[in-house]
Amino acid sequence: MTPVPDTAPASGQGSPDDVLSVRNLDVTVGGRTLVEDVDFTIRAGERVGLIGESGSGKSLTALSVMGLLPEGLRATGSVRLAGVGHDLVGADEARMSRVRGKEIAMVFQEPMTALNPTMKVGRQIAEVLLIHRTRPDRASARAAAVELLAQVGLPDPATAADAYPHQFSGGQRQRVVLAIALANDPALLVCDEPTTALDVTVQARVLDLIVRGVQDRRSAMLFITHDLAVVATACERVMVMYGGRLVESGPVQEVFTRPRHRYTQGLIGASDLTAVDDRGRLVTIGGSVPPAGQFPAGCVFRNRCTQATEACATRPDWISTGPDSGYACFHPVPESGAPGTGTPAIQEAGRG
Amino acid sequence: MSALVTEAAVASEGPDGRRRRRPVTGSLLVGGLIVALVLGMALLSFVWTPHDPTLVNSSARLQEPSLEYWFGTDKFGRDVFSQILMGSRTTLFVGFVAVGVAAVVGVPLGIVAGMGPRWFGELLMRGNDMLLAFPALLLAIMFAAVYGASTLVAMVAIGIASIPNFARLIRGGTLQVMKTEYVIAARAAGRGPFAIGLRHVLPNVSSLVIVQASVGFAIAVLAEAALSFLGFGTPPPTPSWGRMLQESQELLSSDPRLAVFPGVAIAVAVLGFNLLGDGLRDRFDPKLEDHR
Amino acid sequence: MAEQPTSVPLATPGPQTGPANAIDVRDVTRDYRRPRTSLRHPSPPVHALRGVSFAVPQGQRFGIVGESGCGKSTLLRILAGLDRPTSGSVAIDGRDITGLRERRLKFVRERLQLVFQDPMSSLDPRMRVGDIVGEPLIAQGHGNRRERVAELLEAVGLRADAADRYPHQFSGGQRQRISIARALAPRPKIIVADEPVSALDVSVRAQVLNLIADLVDELSLTLVFVSHDLSVVRHVCDRVAVMHAGQIVETGDTEQVYEDPQHSYTRRLIAAVPTLGKALSGVSAADLNQEYRP
Repeated sequence: MTPVPDTAPASGQGSPDDVLSVRNLDVTVGGRTLVEDVDFTIRAGERVGLIGESGSGKSLTALSVMGLLPEGLRATGSVRLAGVGHDLVGADEARMSRVRGKEIAMVFQEPMTALNPTMKVGRQIAEVLLIHRTRPDRASARAAAVELLAQVGLPDPATAADAYPHQFSGGQRQRVVLAIALANDPALLVCDEPTTALDVTVQARVLDLIVRGVQDRRSAMLFITHDLAVVATACERVMVMYGGRLVESGPVQEVFTRPRHRYTQGLIGASDLTAVDDRGRLVTIGGSVPPAGQFPAGCVFRNRCTQATEACATRPDWISTGPDSGYACFHPVPESGAPGTGTPAIQEAGRG
Repeated sequence: MSALVTEAAVASEGPDGRRRRRPVTGSLLVGGLIVALVLGMALLSFVWTPHDPTLVNSSARLQEPSLEYWFGTDKFGRDVFSQILMGSRTTLFVGFVAVGVAAVVGVPLGIVAGMGPRWFGELLMRGNDMLLAFPALLLAIMFAAVYGASTLVAMVAIGIASIPNFARLIRGGTLQVMKTEYVIAARAAGRGPFAIGLRHVLPNVSSLVIVQASVGFAIAVLAEAALSFLGFGTPPPTPSWGRMLQESQELLSSDPRLAVFPGVAIAVAVLGFNLLGDGLRDRFDPKLEDHR
Repeated sequence: MAEQPTSVPLATPGPQTGPANAIDVRDVTRDYRRPRTSLRHPSPPVHALRGVSFAVPQGQRFGIVGESGCGKSTLLRILAGLDRPTSGSVAIDGRDITGLRERRLKFVRERLQLVFQDPMSSLDPRMRVGDIVGEPLIAQGHGNRRERVAELLEAVGLRADAADRYPHQFSGGQRQRISIARALAPRPKIIVADEPVSALDVSVRAQVLNLIADLVDELSLTLVFVSHDLSVVRHVCDRVAVMHAGQIVETGDTEQVYEDPQHSYTRRLIAAVPTLGKALSGVSAADLNQEYRP
């Protein structure tokens, strides 16, 4: 392993405003490292996006925060949540279950599997209130459940509370999941691709509800997705993950208009469907995302990067460019460079 | 195609995090070992048994276990251990015949029922249900009454009675495979139903067949024991665990070991096949595998 | 032209001058009957398609945009001759395919091929890539398959030795390339692609879109491209049809539909699509949502 960079992408530790601080998070399975040295902080009320492609480790990062890693995967490092006296990494199930659903809640990609199909949705919402004793009795929990369903915009919430999950459409189910997640006013809401399975118009509505839900509660949000436009719409700050590492982070405006890491630059270029060359072809990143755990040593992006040199065989340090921003790249996009002006990263794939 | 980016043509083999084989589970290991043991006993019995298992020796009746007779002898003076060894052959024979009959008929039936028009499949399945409602042992006894008691007849009957289990399971699997896009693609490419059944459906339901076969094996072994116990199965003198159990009945109070040895052999073999079936299911079931 | 459309008595598209349209869809409806849920009443039929008509001239890139349940999947299956319309007619290269028996559909199997959304489930996991790509060739009794498969794999940017591997050994983008190679195998003139890039990573999506564009140009294909994402269709297609609830609510040149949508549903759809540009100029989630409230 290469030495750990000493500069953290986030501001100093232990600020009273910090809701979530993740330090040196690694996730390993067998001998393979799937997430390496992830380090970030989210402050109260802050909406932070985590973007990455398949194998980037973004979902594993979210699951580590929730203590929900699949069997066989091991997290090391530290995940601290404000108001919780212990580290979430290595906490046992009993302790985690007191935290989950109360201080920290999650919205998953697939709303059908996140709900119990044999239980009325009103009861499922009431249950999280009763488990964490935020409501004294069934009657008040039920009233609160109906109120939550109203907040997520379900028409006729009292009737909806008595319906089963299969009676709802996909978008409505996701709103029920959101209602459950928001029930106890969590300090942190973790969303893992919450709108990916939804239609465009439904996505717009759910996204709106999520943002409003966390704003109303002054909750912090960690929003995981592969969709740059969704992150830019819903979040203030963004972290870019590739090959199990954070490669760049910063305010949305800054990262998406003046990316520094070559991967971020390529990603923005490739997702822009309006920028084409004279033959009408899109800008691409060469090669494909390697399978998880098979990224090159040193800079994880170097086998797809047009700028890679021998220096990239060692791991680049994190270069802080502001309190919340920085990147890890030896050959960053020059600061004056506007996005997309760099040569499109078209290349012949190097290794087979 | 100059602007075409050549991807690193092939992802390297080995662990790719997408679709890896599950590790060998405990039940697969234990089940496999037990089944291997039964197989080994059967093979061994062809070349060696301590005594002739069918040799009646009136001077050595009801001997306790000893160095000479490892499991003792029965009321005719036959060596119990040799009979157990030899009986494993019957057990395997029984399993292969019953499962073979059931699979050879049931698998194509299930595939045809799953690929044909809906009403056709439903019709086949209702017929299937009727057969399923008919007790397997009763069918075997009827067969024995008509064709005479023999291991083969009994097992063909058990096999026929197990056809619905295969057909139903395979139809379910076939319906799933038929919905996949690769089958739609094959249809769009002009492949006929026969080619689709053989090239796409059969390979993709084969794991179901393997699992059901190992479970069917256990059922057949148990059925043979029951039939032999009732006197409709393997006729003497061929050693069979079930008949050994039956013959031990009258001496149960004085010589319980005569029931214990074949009883344990049956229980362990059935357990082995069931464990193997479970283990294979965990390892191969495509429904489990497709969710990463 | 062996068969003229027969089921359209009046609206024959003028005298057949020049080449026929690649695809001609006239007033197609498709009803499904759900399984009964009540003993007394049969379930009401589901109208998956309600009078859909459009034409795709040879060589055009035609987009179909719509959300789940709008009927686009049913439409695709009917185009490919895998399903039959309840009424109306579909003609491929001027030949009516509605009501043809399977063995008479052979020319459709040669002329029109499909590319699917999920590059995993559209490839048989138990078959080698070479057999997958070569399958349409067997169906058509093509000799010298190995050579043609190698040629196809190279045409989609894979190495020829990929033929000996299994689909799970490839990444999503590579699998979609395999799927495209299979579609090209019978040398079709029409490719119908059903959400071919929506399951792909962003960095790979552009590659696959470029590949499709290259192949369409080089082989002068007619492309029908189905997507829920109007911005992808805008990049790929010349013309677009917007589908909603089993009907085409708007058709037009892509750029025009995108810039100046006429139907309220199209406007809603466009407004709801998040884009980087919109987001960076301050469009919030609430804006995406609010804009489509009537």
